[in-house]
Amino acid sequence: MYRNDMTRKELEFALAERSAADEKAIRDLHNCNRRQFLRTSLRFAGMAAAAGLMQSHAFQLVNVAYAADGTAQDIAFRFAYISDTHLYARGMDHRFAKAALKAVADVNSLDPQPDFVLFGGDLAQLGRPDELELGQQILKDVKAPLRMMVGEHDWYLDLGEKWKSMFGQDFYSFDYKDVHFVVLNSVVEKDFWTAKGYSPEERMAIVAGLDDSRQSPFEVGEAQRDWLQKDLAKIDKKTPIIVFSHSPLYKLYRGWNFWTDDAEQVQKIFKPFKSVTVIHGHTHQLLTNRIGNIHFHGMLSTAWPWPYAPQGLPELTVQMNRPDPFNQLDGCGNGVIDVRKGGHVDKTYNLWTRNPRVVTAAQLDAGKVPGAGGYKGPSY
Amino acid sequence: MRRLVLATLGLAALGITAAQFSPSIPDAERQRRSLVGAEDRWASRAVWACDRRKMVIVEGVRPDEKIPPARAQQVADVLQDLMRYCQEEITARIASDSMITVAANGQVYEHWMVGEPLPIAKASFGEPTEREKKIWKAELDKLVAEGDRLFHSDEIGGNGVACAMCHPNASNTHPETYPKFQTQLKEVALLRDMVNWCIMNPLEGKALDAGDPRMKALEAYILSARSGKTLETGKH
Repeated sequence: MYRNDMTRKELEFALAERSAADEKAIRDLHNCNRRQFLRTSLRFAGMAAAAGLMQSHAFQLVNVAYAADGTAQDIAFRFAYISDTHLYARGMDHRFAKAALKAVADVNSLDPQPDFVLFGGDLAQLGRPDELELGQQILKDVKAPLRMMVGEHDWYLDLGEKWKSMFGQDFYSFDYKDVHFVVLNSVVEKDFWTAKGYSPEERMAIVAGLDDSRQSPFEVGEAQRDWLQKDLAKIDKKTPIIVFSHSPLYKLYRGWNFWTDDAEQVQKIFKPFKSVTVIHGHTHQLLTNRIGNIHFHGMLSTAWPWPYAPQGLPELTVQMNRPDPFNQLDGCGNGVIDVRKGGHVDKTYNLWTRNPRVVTAAQLDAGKVPGAGGYKGPSY
Repeated sequence: MRRLVLATLGLAALGITAAQFSPSIPDAERQRRSLVGAEDRWASRAVWACDRRKMVIVEGVRPDEKIPPARAQQVADVLQDLMRYCQEEITARIASDSMITVAANGQVYEHWMVGEPLPIAKASFGEPTEREKKIWKAELDKLVAEGDRLFHSDEIGGNGVACAMCHPNASNTHPETYPKFQTQLKEVALLRDMVNWCIMNPLEGKALDAGDPRMKALEAYILSARSGKTLETGKH
């Protein structure tokens, strides 16, 4: 078991080689409510902190460990996210509605509460008003302030009309505690429907098909890039920037629109800034990248995990093992983002049936994420 | 086509006894003629199989003459093999020197002699035509396209979810790993068992019968989309 005088290496070993009693404690973590969770995790935290363990991939106790290590003051604030719920208007008993409700319960039980909750896009599955309304109803219960982002599943039935009437502008910026936040609509597609005579329903169905090659690639587009230039013109270059985009703001795999077609132009706009972090949805998996000064973190979906794309996986990504199809929640979840004072973030993937995974700003700054890299392709 | 190939092999396997002959047809023909008596040189007797589609011409035997028992057995064996392996109208000729020639549609396709290497006839005793290949491909593509459509549609499920929502381009389906012991089902599963599990659970639909054309189409799409992908033990 654990002793207070364990070296860091010994503790890491002990954490890896858990006893039956530890396994039970870990199982309890999955089954308990937040209060019990904190109590239990604090027990581990104490051990970890005592041994000077900075981070553990095994437990969501990194912040507590930071506290013991004296690094918590580096954390400026924390926000949480729920993303990619893909709701059908089939009531609260539909599997995706239940998963979304679980995510809401999760972020509501965070203690301390996050400063705000980001919704990462794809609230609806087919952009229907009743789907969006169901989503709004579910998200109403989120206790912290909610920030909305749009996804392609919300957009292509009526080109955002309903979504905008419910949630406001699809791209905007705001300042929070020294950080400048930018929310983009990165799922703009060039008109592929008019010439072919597709109906709004057909257009939506085509975009909703991840592997449907009849659609155009995602892009931020010239209008938003112009807006972004102007928005950032008044921001000091030392101000940390955090960007929310539905698609990853880089080019991973065109075939599934794990891709933003004008990514280079958008990245160029962010280049003068000292610290830029992009938090994106759409990919439904653990996904980490860094391009120059920009850190990229993917968000988990509550509805289903996507497989990894056949090519383009960033070297800094630790692949999520193949989810168990027999467990609806496996590979799904939500997450927490701890914003450090410098502006880069520690990203916690709160996987519902697995130990949380944390990718830290320090790891990305060093260009080294333990267990990442060396992939020839997807591991499954 | 395969049936015809097998028929050829079957004929070759009859074990007809004869001396070594030159493999080239004009030479063989010359030798055959030299072995047959002048009066019987052009004699032959046709024997039909009961399906009236297979015929063996036995050379060196007059139409009113009984076929000697050993050769009669050869004739019967050839007819049996042709009927077993092939539906088409075929004519075989057994020469006096035991050279066998098979012809269909009036065209000679294959000759061989006992003692020579087994003649492996090409498909249909000839290459498939471009037209045939186009038809076969169109038939396959049609089934795969229907599978593709079903795989991306909500119509086989009950709750709106489609297969491709977790498996874009049929990725992560790994049909090459079946049959296997599916640990979660606690029994050996075929691909269609897993397809049905997905239909019944994430898709909340009704299982398809193994013979259901929709199941056939789904399997065709998955197998075709994933062709060439390899198994990594322990991953799938």
